[in-house]
Amino acid sequence: MSHVAFALSGRFGDFRLEAEAEVPASGVTAVMGPSGSGKTTLLRCLAGLARASGRVMAGEAVWQDGRTFVPTHRRGVGLVFQEPSLLPHLSVRRNLDFAARRAGRGPGPDFDEVVEMLGLGALLERDPDRLSGGERQRAAVARALLSRPVLLLMDEPLSSLDAAGKAEVLPYLEQLHRSLSLPVIYVSHDASEVARLADRVLRMEAGRLRGPAVVASDDPLALLSDAQVRTLARAALAAGLEAEA
Amino acid sequence: MGQVVFTTVALAGLTTLILLALAAPLGWWLAHGRAWWKEAVAAVVSLPIVLPPTVLGFYLLIALGPRSPLMALLHPFGIRTLAFTFSGLVIGSVIYSLPFAVQPVRNAFEAIGPRPMEAAATLRAAPFDAFFSVAVPMARRGFVTAAVLVFAHTVGEFGVVLMIGGAIPGRTEVVSIRIYQLVEALEFGQAHRLAAALVGFAFLVLFALFLLDRQAGSRAP
Repeated sequence: MSHVAFALSGRFGDFRLEAEAEVPASGVTAVMGPSGSGKTTLLRCLAGLARASGRVMAGEAVWQDGRTFVPTHRRGVGLVFQEPSLLPHLSVRRNLDFAARRAGRGPGPDFDEVVEMLGLGALLERDPDRLSGGERQRAAVARALLSRPVLLLMDEPLSSLDAAGKAEVLPYLEQLHRSLSLPVIYVSHDASEVARLADRVLRMEAGRLRGPAVVASDDPLALLSDAQVRTLARAALAAGLEAEA
Repeated sequence: MGQVVFTTVALAGLTTLILLALAAPLGWWLAHGRAWWKEAVAAVVSLPIVLPPTVLGFYLLIALGPRSPLMALLHPFGIRTLAFTFSGLVIGSVIYSLPFAVQPVRNAFEAIGPRPMEAAATLRAAPFDAFFSVAVPMARRGFVTAAVLVFAHTVGEFGVVLMIGGAIPGRTEVVSIRIYQLVEALEFGQAHRLAAALVGFAFLVLFALFLLDRQAGSRAP
């Protein structure tokens, strides 16, 4: 597996993306930032679903530079979308097959291992509309893995889930984190999620992101910017004052 | 009589097949293309809904006649005219029913949204692959609707087939025209039988297709 480097800039509607960083060949790199800061746009550019100008390299392979723009289906990126994106006309098994058939043989976990890792054994014959939110995201992660990606992108995969759904899926993601050896970019605005899953953190604000990544710690507060800590403290203080009054 | 029914069914079936093949790329382009002039194409495709069949038939007759520049291109191949031939009839029916095929297919493709095709691309499906393995199966209800409408519309066609077909017995005479001729000849008994058969046939075809569609909708293929 190889590291991924990018330097991208471009206009998307009324905001400007300026992102430059390197993502190591293994481990989870979180991209954090408030909603609307361009995290999803960055992922879409890395996947080739959106176009900014600049350069994207996956190891020795050029995905994008001044002359080339490799289309999504030839990049080998796995992408877990924010909301469920299983193909609705196919059962879970056929969704997984869709990925596995087109990925061919290669290193990495095979069909049965991935099904086992994400606990999908009992769900294989179900249609996507008969799965819970958490089950759908687990199936989506499994499908992304079966496409044998060289880079796995996750766009707030838990944000569409309720608390129970998050609690259901998070352990699976932690387990993957320990067993996978490919670069993962995990977008989130939830500090506690990132503290549990990420090795490194990149921050994004108003479309701007600049590496290198900061090593993540188990303390969620360490991931927050000073301004965010101050806001939290003020809110806690205000809540305390109200309770006393 | 059997010959007339055969011509009608052959015409409707062939028109349906051709239009499904045509509506797939055209409907996709109208749903997801970015050309600024695509709505102009959409308007041209929809013209047969607005125009009287006689207008369409008249222009087609001229375009397919021996002195048309279009036919001049075919003269080297030994084809002088397509007017009053079965091929001409098929061409006319395809144009006349074009909007009934393209509109439901376009709507179905639009309803899919961009996400499934993006997901397919991240799973290494090339655009053509994704079109046939994701877009077309997801839009199957649009295709079923298109097939039903085109078939029914072609069987029920009168003005266009009379103008370019000329009702030549054994070749371009279809059921709807035969009924008209029978009534003109005051053969009400025969007209009755044929008309009733058409009603029954149309009902059965539509009923079968709706059942098929419901079955396809209730379980994954």
